[in-house]
Amino acid sequence: MLHRFANPARFGRIIAAILPWGAGASVLLLALGLYLALFVVPPDYQQKETVRIMFVHVPAAWMATMIYAVMALASAVALVWKHPVADLSAKAAAPIGAGFTFVALATGSLWGQPMWGSWWVWDARLTSVLILFFLYLGYIALWEAIDDPARAAKAAAILALVGAVNVPIIKFSVDWWNTLHQPASILKLSGSTIHASMLYPLLVMIAGFTAFFVTVLIIRMQRELAARRVRALALGGSADS
Amino acid sequence: MFAGNDLTCIRGERVVFRGLDFVAAPGVALVLQGPNGAGKSSLLRLAAGLLTAAEGALTWNGTAITQDPDAHSACLVYVGHLDAVKPALTARENLAFWSRLGGGPAEVGGALESLGLGPLADVRTRLLSAGERRRLNLARLALRPAKLWLLDEPTVSLDAASVALFAALARAHLGAGGLIIAATHVALDLPGRVLAMRSNARAA
Amino acid sequence: MNAFARIFARDASLAFRHGGGAGLAVAFFVLTVTLFPLGIGPETQILERVSAGVVWVAALLATLLSLDRLFQADYEDGSLDLLALAPLPLALVVLAKCAAHWLTTGLPLLIAAPVLALLLNMDAGGLGALVLAMLLGTPILSIFGAIGAALTVGVRRGGVLLTILVLPLYIPVLIFGVCAIEGAISGLGARPHLLVLGALLLGALALGPWAAAASLRLNLD
Repeated sequence: MLHRFANPARFGRIIAAILPWGAGASVLLLALGLYLALFVVPPDYQQKETVRIMFVHVPAAWMATMIYAVMALASAVALVWKHPVADLSAKAAAPIGAGFTFVALATGSLWGQPMWGSWWVWDARLTSVLILFFLYLGYIALWEAIDDPARAAKAAAILALVGAVNVPIIKFSVDWWNTLHQPASILKLSGSTIHASMLYPLLVMIAGFTAFFVTVLIIRMQRELAARRVRALALGGSADS
Repeated sequence: MFAGNDLTCIRGERVVFRGLDFVAAPGVALVLQGPNGAGKSSLLRLAAGLLTAAEGALTWNGTAITQDPDAHSACLVYVGHLDAVKPALTARENLAFWSRLGGGPAEVGGALESLGLGPLADVRTRLLSAGERRRLNLARLALRPAKLWLLDEPTVSLDAASVALFAALARAHLGAGGLIIAATHVALDLPGRVLAMRSNARAA
Repeated sequence: MNAFARIFARDASLAFRHGGGAGLAVAFFVLTVTLFPLGIGPETQILERVSAGVVWVAALLATLLSLDRLFQADYEDGSLDLLALAPLPLALVVLAKCAAHWLTTGLPLLIAAPVLALLLNMDAGGLGALVLAMLLGTPILSIFGAIGAALTVGVRRGGVLLTILVLPLYIPVLIFGVCAIEGAISGLGARPHLLVLGALLLGALALGPWAAAASLRLNLD
């Protein structure tokens, strides 16, 4: 099953076929999600209109975590099965994940201002997302720092796996730290009791962000595959293989 | 008999060589020759087990080294183009560390003498010249009887007298039925065969 | 095991002989901690409040400072090749080097920490927890640091990159290390935090050397 997609040329054709569907789905879902979030959902009795920020913040934070998981999975595939496009997909995913992480941080900060009267609060979730952002930066920096793409791919894959093992531990420690230092009473960014009228727009936004991620990932991977072909040609070899 | 069959070496995204065969027999040095980039150092690192071949196999009398990599690294001495010498330690301390790491004795005076380093044994190696450091690296060859010597330009920065000392050591090793694979451009007057390597710049 | 002891002894003696190793890390530690009262003022109450955090943060930074040479020197002079060929799995070579790094960095920091804590007016009830937490925590710092050092060996400006890669991984150690001290001072007890640190140490010992060895192997290329 796996090696059917391993051939970069065939893989290129498959992702090119998915691209228009992904692009269409992201436009539709994001338009629908934003419409629901901005116009249909009633203002919260406590948070008023600012609750609408949640429809960007929560999906972005969710994507940030999910993309890191995708990167770790792709890295494991690259290390174990030496799959030729797995490391490229991890590389292509990282800046998108970092982008979502940044969006989650920025919206969290914007939300915090009216809620807590401060642009930044050391809330457990925001702090975890901030650390995730640093993990993304380290991963991207490692790719940039190593000249030999094959070696960079393997080093980055090991780092992604080490990070993936540590992310739950970091999350656990930050939650622990937060409960010890801020005994309750402050409003958490994601209410665990979300009303159904809010849940659907949220799910639509998550689906839209996922489609957007897939679309951008494909575009970035096409670039990476093309760049690899250029490097191969520069060394005088055949374009495929 | 140490042999490589149909070896392909890829470093980075570049094919260093493809479909390379060699046989190293006891008593005869296999001398690697070829232009820069032909893969002499890569082949030596491959033979040492530091690199893994993209394709092909290295075998001892037909048994692949991947069957027991530890046994393979135990029976070889690799001398790379870096000298693996710690400037803060004396020549004797440097060599004794490598000796004991390989399970040998702490006493290394004999090995130092064999490359003419006796008088420098207790000098911090930061004070040694490039040629003296190289001899210290080569002295690892005299530590313990290892079947296979893998030598990457062993005579770089050696003077004529030191080259002669080294050649005598190598001749004794071959005479005792040892194997040598060496990349060198200096005629060492050893019983040897040449493996000509071509430059091969192709992408993976 | 013999080979393990050899590598440990060599790295430790090299660190001491260079003079730099242990002394520099402790000097950095002391100086960094000294900067805090100068930065935030000499009020003993404030210093007492921040003492645990300051000591731990300074210890993390001091550890980082010494990490970039962990494999770099052996990589540059070719020793790494020979260590990889030694009759010892590369993961154990890494572990031996980590142990030597801890002996020459973590242990001196551990000894200096209570003195610095007193300078910051830390409650005497927290000193025992500080030492225990550092005893469990500093080896984790060496092992996680080894992964970062192995990944950045042979990379230009690897030292800065190493910092970015490793510091996020140090966060749990920082949190539980500080919480242990504060738990001991407040009377809630340091035990749960120390147990978590112990668990982290076991996890790091089990997985860290393999991750670092895999990274080193890349750089033998």
